[in-house]
Amino acid sequence: MTAVTPPTPGAAAAAPEPVTPAAVRAVTTATPEPVRAKAPDTAGPFKVGASRPAERPARALRPAVLGLPLRPRLVVMCVITALAAFGVFCLGLALGDYPVPLADVVPALWRSGARGTVFIVHEVRLPRALTGVLVGAAFAASGAVLQAITRNPLASPDMVGINAGATTAVVAGIVLGFGDTLGTPTLGLAGGLLGALAVYLLAWRRGSTGFRIVLVGIGVSWMCTSATDYLLTRAKMHQAQEAVGWLVGNLNGRGWEAVRPLGIAVAVLLPAALLLAGWNRNLQLGDDVARGLGTPVQLARGLLLLVSVALVSFATAAAGPVLFVSLAAPQIAQRLARLSAPPVLLSALTGTLLVSGSDLLARHLLPDVDLPVGVVTGAIGAGFLLRLLIRSNRAGSGG
Amino acid sequence: MTAIRAEGLTLAYDDRTVVSDLDLQIPPGRVTVVVGANACGKSTLLRALARLMRPVHGAVLLDGRAIHSLPTRQVARQVGILPQAPVAPEGISVLDLVGRGRSPHQTWWRQWSTADEQAVAAALAATGMTDLAHRPVDELSGGQRQRAWIAMAVAQQTPVLLLDEPTTYLDLAHQVDVLDLVTDLNRRDGRTVVMVLHDLNQACRYADHLVVMRDGRIAAEGDPAAVVTAELVTEVFGLDCRVVPDPVTATPMVIPLSRHHPARAVTA
Ligand SMILES: Nc1ncnc2c1ncn2[C@@H]1O[C@H](COP(=O)(O)OP(=O)(O)O)[C@@H](O)[C@H]1O
Ligand SMILES: [Mg+2]
Repeated sequence: MTAVTPPTPGAAAAAPEPVTPAAVRAVTTATPEPVRAKAPDTAGPFKVGASRPAERPARALRPAVLGLPLRPRLVVMCVITALAAFGVFCLGLALGDYPVPLADVVPALWRSGARGTVFIVHEVRLPRALTGVLVGAAFAASGAVLQAITRNPLASPDMVGINAGATTAVVAGIVLGFGDTLGTPTLGLAGGLLGALAVYLLAWRRGSTGFRIVLVGIGVSWMCTSATDYLLTRAKMHQAQEAVGWLVGNLNGRGWEAVRPLGIAVAVLLPAALLLAGWNRNLQLGDDVARGLGTPVQLARGLLLLVSVALVSFATAAAGPVLFVSLAAPQIAQRLARLSAPPVLLSALTGTLLVSGSDLLARHLLPDVDLPVGVVTGAIGAGFLLRLLIRSNRAGSGG
Repeated sequence: MTAIRAEGLTLAYDDRTVVSDLDLQIPPGRVTVVVGANACGKSTLLRALARLMRPVHGAVLLDGRAIHSLPTRQVARQVGILPQAPVAPEGISVLDLVGRGRSPHQTWWRQWSTADEQAVAAALAATGMTDLAHRPVDELSGGQRQRAWIAMAVAQQTPVLLLDEPTTYLDLAHQVDVLDLVTDLNRRDGRTVVMVLHDLNQACRYADHLVVMRDGRIAAEGDPAAVVTAELVTEVFGLDCRVVPDPVTATPMVIPLSRHHPARAVTA
């Protein structure tokens, strides 16, 4: 029984973990466990011998497919969302001042077709559309990871100061003039990490989850916003214009220089988030249970936080803080899939659909006005946030 | 048979020592029950046995090797623990919760296998939860919820199972159910079980080996019939009592005396 099996990569972290207080298990989104005598169970007292697996062949509950548990609903939702997102993506490439027939859009992606069409699709519209796809996926996946670890839907990056930190750093780069040397992605990452570090040190070090993080995060968010405002008052006219155009979350005029770093970041970080999802699922059971299941708790939480912060920072650097995507998309995905925590891949696809769709709306809702995509996602997301707040207050966990 | 042992174990939270210089040998393949007054360090001891906390001094030895020198996942395949009052995430289904018990057996590239599926089905059947598999845990009654958590620990298929107060919040009938289930796991599968119980009489009934703790030390241990005396209960729990044979099992049964009910007619 004690044969030593070689550890798998997941076991790589055998490092001793410091003891975390039991308070870690505190949840704020869930209502407290009722500590009362219960009514008789519907199933009645169970007799072990009567239902032994040997006597009653085990029903197929969740078959394994390609090393993954089969979840038909999740798969179907992913396919539907991906198709819808692809449809909106193609529409975005087709519509505009020079409409391109939908049938010509896909070939033009591979540079086949009339030269004018290829130019419009590939050079003019594709970078903006791709930025939208990547930004949506990055914001949403980041939110899914963070909401899952904190077990709180409100603890998404745009609520807790990570977005705001990245924004302040990028605006500082523009206004103080060091933005060109360091590059927007680096600045965004540095700012996002600093914002996250502030929240971590002020609220999370002792492992508290939920509302404490949200409250401290909102505080950090406001501090960053004030700093951004102050920087704007110090800015020269052209700097302020550049900063403001970017502050609301904007895909306007994004070229390949924005797509490349973000594309690489998403290509690395999204698979990382998917691979870490198993650890995240265990963390949601509380630190003691997770550790008992073989999860290196501190390492797992650290890596998950890092992935989440990096995703949101790169996305913010590329398109500005596109509000509410990281809050709303994972929640929508979680409801679509009917799971207990936001699924990463479906969240990313939902985020893509949300941002691409919002950008399409922003471009065509008011012709002649260049509406930033952040205004549209903000309007959609604000309603969603209100709904969430009302719901969580009704559940008695509003504070 | 996996052997688990504590040697000179001293455990502390920050600088508050809770367990000091404790030696304990868990009999393999038997049921060990830990009892003691509130806050005497039972949960702390159990957490240390499962590698959830690092000792200040001494060590927990799993088959003779310091548990802290072993990889986390290897420990998780040998020792399963159900902490006191775990909280399930909102909306998680019984099936998903029990499935997480399989994580020490999974890898990046094989996150779910037929063996996992079978282990989960068997754990659900053993705990009588098969019909509730798709229900959300937070909509279950206290007894069903506790069984769901036990099913998770059962699905982990570890030779050693540590349970911290598995019967708390359950009514008497369901307490007996859970304890019988645990006994089945021990007798049928030969699992080594260590559990913390509050009820002394239940402890005496279900324990092969009883460990009585007081202020972070072991006050007495051994066969319940040999260990539990009125003097010991008075010393450890500060409770005057009479100890009589349990009419059903003949194991010791503790009958408390109280200010309004002092010992009167002594018939035994
Ligand atoms: N996470 C913790 N941080 C600090 N002190 C703790 C923690 N857990 C338990 N303690 C303290 O350690 C002592 C023993 O606790 P515990 O092992 O839970 O007792 P028992 O399970 O026997 O009731 C108690 O005084 C308790 O307050
Ligand atoms: Mg305890």
